[in-house]
Amino acid sequence: MARATTTNRKIITTAAAWTIALIIFFPIYWTILTSFKTEAQAINDPPLFFNFDWTLENYAVVQERSDYMKFLWNSVIVAGGSTLLGILIAIPAAWSMAFVPSRRTKDILLWMLSTKMLPAVGVLYPISLIFVEFNLLDTRGGLIVVLMLINLPIIVWMLYTYFKEIPGEILEAARMDGATLKEELLYVLTPMAIPGIASTLLLNFILAWNEAFWTLNLTAANAAPLTAFIASYSSPEGLFFAKLSAASTMAIAPILILGWFSQKQLVRGLTFGAVK
Amino acid sequence: MATKASRSAARIMMAPAVVLLLGWMLVPLIMTLWFSFTKYLPLRGDSIERGLDWVGFTNYSRFLSSSSFWPSVQTTLIMVGGVLLITVVLGILLAMLLDQPIWGQGVVRILVIAPFFVMPTVSALVWKNMLMDPVNGIFAHLWRFFGAEPVAWLQDASLSSIIMIVSWQWLPFATLILLTAIQSLDSEQLEAAEMDGAPALKRFWFIVLPHLARAITIVILIQTIFLLSIFAEIFVTTGGAFGTRTLTYLIFQRVIDSQNIGLGSAGGVYAIILANIVAIFLMRIVGKNLDA
Amino acid sequence: MSLRRTLYTATALSLLTAGGAFADGHSKTITIATVNNGDMIRMQGYTDNFTEATGINVEWVTLEENVLRQRVTTDITTKGGAFDIMTIGMYETPIWGANGWLVALDDLSAEYDAADILPAMSGGLSHDGTLYAAPFYGESSMVMYRTDLMEKAGMEMPDAPTWEFIRDAAAAMTDRDNDINGICLRGKAGWGEGGAFITAMSNSFGARWFDMDWNAQFDTEAWANTLNFYKGMMDASGPAGYATNGFNENLSLFNQGKCGMWIDATVAASFVTGKDSTVADSVSFALAPDNGLGKRSNWLWAWALAVPAGTQKEAEAKQFIEWATSKDYIELVAANEGWANVPPGARTSLYENPEYKKVPFAQMTLDSILSANPNDSTVEPSPYVGVQFAAIPEFAGIATEVSQEFSAAYAGQQTVAEALEKAQAITNDAMEAAGYK
Repeated sequence: MARATTTNRKIITTAAAWTIALIIFFPIYWTILTSFKTEAQAINDPPLFFNFDWTLENYAVVQERSDYMKFLWNSVIVAGGSTLLGILIAIPAAWSMAFVPSRRTKDILLWMLSTKMLPAVGVLYPISLIFVEFNLLDTRGGLIVVLMLINLPIIVWMLYTYFKEIPGEILEAARMDGATLKEELLYVLTPMAIPGIASTLLLNFILAWNEAFWTLNLTAANAAPLTAFIASYSSPEGLFFAKLSAASTMAIAPILILGWFSQKQLVRGLTFGAVK
Repeated sequence: MATKASRSAARIMMAPAVVLLLGWMLVPLIMTLWFSFTKYLPLRGDSIERGLDWVGFTNYSRFLSSSSFWPSVQTTLIMVGGVLLITVVLGILLAMLLDQPIWGQGVVRILVIAPFFVMPTVSALVWKNMLMDPVNGIFAHLWRFFGAEPVAWLQDASLSSIIMIVSWQWLPFATLILLTAIQSLDSEQLEAAEMDGAPALKRFWFIVLPHLARAITIVILIQTIFLLSIFAEIFVTTGGAFGTRTLTYLIFQRVIDSQNIGLGSAGGVYAIILANIVAIFLMRIVGKNLDA
Repeated sequence: MSLRRTLYTATALSLLTAGGAFADGHSKTITIATVNNGDMIRMQGYTDNFTEATGINVEWVTLEENVLRQRVTTDITTKGGAFDIMTIGMYETPIWGANGWLVALDDLSAEYDAADILPAMSGGLSHDGTLYAAPFYGESSMVMYRTDLMEKAGMEMPDAPTWEFIRDAAAAMTDRDNDINGICLRGKAGWGEGGAFITAMSNSFGARWFDMDWNAQFDTEAWANTLNFYKGMMDASGPAGYATNGFNENLSLFNQGKCGMWIDATVAASFVTGKDSTVADSVSFALAPDNGLGKRSNWLWAWALAVPAGTQKEAEAKQFIEWATSKDYIELVAANEGWANVPPGARTSLYENPEYKKVPFAQMTLDSILSANPNDSTVEPSPYVGVQFAAIPEFAGIATEVSQEFSAAYAGQQTVAEALEKAQAITNDAMEAAGYK
């Protein structure tokens, strides 16, 4: 009897969860599906779900028009570089906040977050002028620095919350054994915090990958990532749903695949200290 | 445990992050403040090399007295508030659902978090063209199928449409954080309450919700920071028409379309003030949840 | 200065993470910013011919129109120098040329034959008589209509229709049950979208943006007539949600057979008669309508290539421009894809070519271009140059905001009178801020 109830309940929750999940996923599914249609089929009335001739033509056209690999590579470098650089700078800061807290720790943390509130458009000119001054325009290096600075507050905060969960006694024990600060950081703390660091890496990689203001406005031909790639498809002349879908699919596919493979890590790690 | 030595070490270790962020904040901020007090019209030949004319508070009063200013503040608050409300409420429900034992949990989770990986520009394009288009969009087909007149979403329900698009993007983030929080909930406590005959609604209200308070705080805090600067979704869909011009978008129009850097910079300063008011407001309401 | 050092340190660090990020491009590579229109995309396909002939490599930065404008304007005003060639229009060229930001194109070779450029085009792309951008293609606007639907409605389109005829024809062609809208027009906010259309239309109603003292004119009868006529006609015979439709949306609708008439850019003629169109066989063309006041409602625009001052590769850039806007390039495209697909509207010789004369929309395109005059576009005198815009730096900002008010009126969120009142206030405010008063 009890088992039947749980099974029934499981059936109901499963059905509900799947329905909602499919609704949420539908726009992405529809985009991917449309990318395999011809332009005429893409706007067919009624909409076609499976009964159409699958074609790769749109992908061929998109690839012919723009060098997808170049954009992809820039995205990887810029998102990856900014995330790694950010982690390198954030680990010491988060460590000192977590283990040598002072009265001002919380203020500093909130202040860091508040630097994200500067509206990007408002500082487009200042930043552009600085970039021109230092010859950083259209360089991956410049973009890496900017994206790192944008995400640094989030990185520091996430790491801080993970570090805080590590009991201080362990560090003290290490210190008793004569570990230096550097050894303490490298061999004791970092390994314990690996899961936290991993999800921090992931989240910030995603945020940097999807950043579409600075990556567009500070690049031209050399450093332009996938956000610029998509900007050349957003409203071309003519019927364009299928090609737009193909370009969109190409722009989001890498990060979608990465996200899927690492979703366990993300699900477990994305706490921001919300769980104690 | 904090010795003097470790304190100074801590300061040194914090220095790179603090100095960098200070620079990132101060340099543009000071330049923005400077520009905001000058007449800076690059298309009229004004440039820093030639020297900018000091105009005092003219830009500030002009930005404030423009008929677009207050509506844009209102639009910003509605948009941020709307998205927060939707993502938090649906996020809680979804997190509770995903916490139940279901078949294919992994796949369901993947499907639910997928929108978070989509670039804002792409999701705006997809929603605008493939879903909300009043002639060829999937919604229009659906409406016609049920014999209804298709809705011109981005024209007649423009603000709600954008809130919907943005909520779709941020719902996964809220769900993920809330899900982790729910999973840490002591199930024995819940079972005990169930034994005592507490109805589901009461259990939710007195046990689940308080437990989630901290997670909700964090969702609101982080999302607010990102939502205040929403741009691509408006740029792609309505271009600021039909009452969707947020403060950020208004500044964009002043800086890019009008090429009036002085005026746009004054707007930027107002945006910073607004962001800080919102932040203080948030801290007041939810700040206590953040105390470690 | 510690900030400078900080920046340098951070840069050095990131150098480590992204080795070679600062590697300079090859010396003989030029970077071109361009718009993602069909003709430009086609040009990219032929770039190899140019590289083979000259040894100069070309890097393309292709962006959607609005993003392109934002990007190149920021680059030119901050002296960013990211591009060696920029694709700009008739609005930007005279303003940038006057500021000394563009390289004068006054030393083009004899074979290039600069005198062959249509005078309307070279006029709009010059400042003080000096050419600053070479037109890649030029356009005006005209009526594109469905001959089969016109016949069914029992009407006949004159070569030079009036607005009243258009309105009546639109009403007669509209067939809501079969999803056919009598007329599709731009209503989308943005100075280059709906703003351009309504401004060009207003010219034929005797309206203008400014009087000779730069006072906004939205409180005039002529503007009220323009907007009321537009809204009345579109509400009766236009597609659902027309207030968000721009060029692309209308092109889609027309090609799907959902529009009886469409008044838009002449370049669209090759698309509606092309392979993506379901109605290619039954399209014909007429001049943009008028009201008997002496001005028609067609605009004038060109997408042109310009070299920003200060580029290191001025010679190579000019070489490319000479190639891309030459007679030879037109012949190259004609040989490969047919005369209907060559970039139109830029050169006189193209319209004298007997092969091109066979293209159905050639003559009407030329007539439309010739009937638009940027220096005398309004019935009453106006102080500005430009047909569907006023070539002053403030215009883009003002017109985008004004067109947002208009779109809200089209959508029924405010009355036409309210929209015009706001437009008047917005325009006068901005002109005051810019120091015109």
